[in-house]
Amino acid sequence: MSGSLFDARRVPAGTSTISIRNLSLEFPIFHGGARSLKKMLFRQGKAALTSSRSLRTGGEVRTGRPDGGPVYVQALEDVSVEIRSGERVGLIGHNGAGKSTLLRVMAGIYMPDSLNVAIRGQVAALLDVNSGMNPELTGRENITLMGRHKGLNTTQIRQLEQDVESFAQLDTFLDLPVRLYSSGMIVRLGFGLATAITPQILLMDEWFMAGDFHFRERAEQRLSSVVNSTDILVITSHALDVLETWCTRLIWMEGGRIRMDGPTADVMAAYREEMQAPEPEAAPPAEPAG
Amino acid sequence: MVSSGSSEHTGFTAPSAPRTRSRIVMACKDIADGFRLWRLAATLGWLDIRLQFSGSTLGPFWLTLTTAVMIGSMGLIYSQLFHLVLKDYLPYLSISIILWQTGLAALILESCSTFTRATETLRSVNMPYTVQALRTMMRCGIVFSYNLVVPVTVFLIFGIWPGSDVVLALPALLLWLVDSVALCLLLGCACARFRDVPPIVGSIMQIIFYITPIIWEPKQVADHAWLLYFNPFYSLLEIVRRPFLGQAPTGAAWLISGGISLVFCLLALFVFSRSRSKLAFWV
Repeated sequence: MSGSLFDARRVPAGTSTISIRNLSLEFPIFHGGARSLKKMLFRQGKAALTSSRSLRTGGEVRTGRPDGGPVYVQALEDVSVEIRSGERVGLIGHNGAGKSTLLRVMAGIYMPDSLNVAIRGQVAALLDVNSGMNPELTGRENITLMGRHKGLNTTQIRQLEQDVESFAQLDTFLDLPVRLYSSGMIVRLGFGLATAITPQILLMDEWFMAGDFHFRERAEQRLSSVVNSTDILVITSHALDVLETWCTRLIWMEGGRIRMDGPTADVMAAYREEMQAPEPEAAPPAEPAG
Repeated sequence: MVSSGSSEHTGFTAPSAPRTRSRIVMACKDIADGFRLWRLAATLGWLDIRLQFSGSTLGPFWLTLTTAVMIGSMGLIYSQLFHLVLKDYLPYLSISIILWQTGLAALILESCSTFTRATETLRSVNMPYTVQALRTMMRCGIVFSYNLVVPVTVFLIFGIWPGSDVVLALPALLLWLVDSVALCLLLGCACARFRDVPPIVGSIMQIIFYITPIIWEPKQVADHAWLLYFNPFYSLLEIVRRPFLGQAPTGAAWLISGGISLVFCLLALFVFSRSRSKLAFWV
């Protein structure tokens, strides 16, 4: 179909690349007054007044950041990654190490215009459990929306629906609003949807391994068939065995930087060693950036 | 913000100079891509309406009913207060209220939440931001057409037929559509960054409602009618309303409407191109 953006991003098979050079990313955290236009204008007005006064009196000490302004959190610092077609990359690291942020950069959600980032190929990303699904809509309607997003026509959407339906096995739940689903059911739907149309670059956050054992088995089957026809796979996970099964290369993130990058076995050995050293990370707090 | 130094809410820094692709070009590309996904935007807009009224038998016709009751009672009260003939006043009031309340004002108020109500989507799916603007436009368009039934009914009841001039409303409505996309991009970005903008916009719209001839008629200010042209919303309203009342809008009204629309579009492009790469952090 001519109107499809999804197809427009397609590159010849085997030529997909992800190239990130010296990327740093700061999250602005807006809290309280930082969200307010009124407060910002007052703040700037006040700053203008203080500076003019300080010109006259000289030597007035001013605080570095006017209070109430946005606070920044350094999420990625000088990250450089080159991923070529055929690579299966796993991202490991603590919660908050920057894995999900990096995945969002690769998906074109954060900093889409940066010249430090070049993504070639058609990307599908499973970032949230909801993956942009509208919880108020039924599963079927969400499938339609996804199809429309990919620029499919009505017949193609019906095909997509059948494909997802047979994979997710949600039966009558497919016609109920997604908010009524259990988390496992949402995963079934989301995973089925994201893998129904084989992308050239597949990005997945760790949640996809939720779901019961039976589903996990089928998910892995489906994933392996998808993975075999995608150019690039990038997954984040805390399940080391999952990464060992799927990945040819691991990137170990720590504090927004790349700690180690190399073949799975090497990085895994170093990572395990560190984990067993003095303090094993005990139930880290929830990741702020998702 | 060490290296860029451009603005305090840039949202990122790069150790080397913050090199980005031309913002305007990327914004235009986003808009073009968004229009190519119009089917998605239309579906989203339609589903918004359906969700809003799920579980009610009348569905979106609730909108029609509410408006009908409001216009009926307003017409009765104001025609008494202003000593106007109901047959003259009610058609004018009905079309004015609809064009304002479910047209311009609704559009401006809704445009504020263009991006904030799509937080989930923006943070997890790579989709042109313009799709959200088109979605808001679609939603407003649907509500508007449901409400349009009311003035049409009033016209039928009083046996008024505006004549062939009514087709002049079409290019004007088209201009409104252009404006709606521009306003969604403009106010959508502003409201994503500053959460106190929607109430500010709300208050301003309230004031504009009173200073624009909506429940009162321009002829009531007879000698000072030219002053009305200082209010661009008057012209925007007139180019659609006059044709419905069987008159051609004045050239001045069209000129001002065209001018203000151009201002909206340029402002929107400016703000949107600067906000686009940060929207994912703001929502």
